[in-house]
Amino acid sequence: MTEIIVVTSGKGGVGKTTTSANIGTGLARAGKRVAMIDADIGLRNLDVIVGLENRIVYDLIDVVEGHCRLKQALIKDKRCETLFLLPAAQTKDKDAINPEQMLKLCDALREEEFDYVIIDCPAGIEQGFRNAIAGADRALVVTTPEVSAVRDADRIIGMLNANGLGSPMLILNRIRPQLVKKGDMMSVEDVSEILAVDIIGIVPDDENIVVCANKGEPAVLSEKSPAGQAYRNIVQRIIGHEVPFMDLEKKDGFMGKIKKFFGS
Amino acid sequence: MQNIFAFFRRNGAQSGLVAKDRLKNVLMSDRVNMQLLEDIKYDIIGVIRNYMEIDEDKFSISIAQTANKYTGVKTPVLFADFPIKKIYKNG
Repeated sequence: MTEIIVVTSGKGGVGKTTTSANIGTGLARAGKRVAMIDADIGLRNLDVIVGLENRIVYDLIDVVEGHCRLKQALIKDKRCETLFLLPAAQTKDKDAINPEQMLKLCDALREEEFDYVIIDCPAGIEQGFRNAIAGADRALVVTTPEVSAVRDADRIIGMLNANGLGSPMLILNRIRPQLVKKGDMMSVEDVSEILAVDIIGIVPDDENIVVCANKGEPAVLSEKSPAGQAYRNIVQRIIGHEVPFMDLEKKDGFMGKIKKFFGS
Repeated sequence: MQNIFAFFRRNGAQSGLVAKDRLKNVLMSDRVNMQLLEDIKYDIIGVIRNYMEIDEDKFSISIAQTANKYTGVKTPVLFADFPIKKIYKNG
């Protein structure tokens, strides 16, 4: 059975592509057969995040238009044997594909016997979004603890519900525990209370993500990255294991240590 | 030491709380659409008819941010405005 998961957010720049790359890679690392689809036609990025940008020959639109077979367009990952990427077309735009074609593509992927298909959805609520969710079985919504991002997440959750993708789960990205502690950032509880959805992951803000993106290596492969650990936990939850949420308090900064020392 | 940190914080309200309040309000107005207001209006008229006769054409309904008279805290308030024609004697 193939499970097709769309990673979406509404707002751009909250970490959809990074999340897709890490979940896809993490699932493959956990032994699953995984295809990642970059549905952001015209703004291809997932290939760069996973470091496969030099291997692209065919793309999603080539498959849909019949210029190549699905197997030819699927790029095998450098590190994980069971991970494949279907890149977006860079020179076309979002109207180059419609939801029916996307549905057919998803059916074709099911026949390839993948365990999971991860679809990286473009930002926005227009055609690109409708394409990306067309063939999905479930949705993950990525947001950051900011008013604008949570507002867009709320809108997206409403649209997912209206399109038959009820009970999406939330990934709260770029949490900064020190700021939350100081009261200068909304907490996990604040966001989950307001959006009234279940949380599948809490990812701390982590400099390693920048380094990993520079190198084209998802953080989920890095043992020392706190965000990587958070993604590994999300992967376990997707597979169906119960994993407790990470203790974010542990990583105190310099000031945190001083405050702790003085018993503040 | 705790007081020092408290001192620095005193100048501004905790911005996380400000964010949460702003978010709640913005979502409230995002989630309210014309259809919802029409539905509420329809239901209210149904209840009120049991007690009084009103001018249904002049019935207006809206949601607006209003500051509490005593605390100054802004909350969204539902306003329903309708001219009463007649109140039935036996309620």
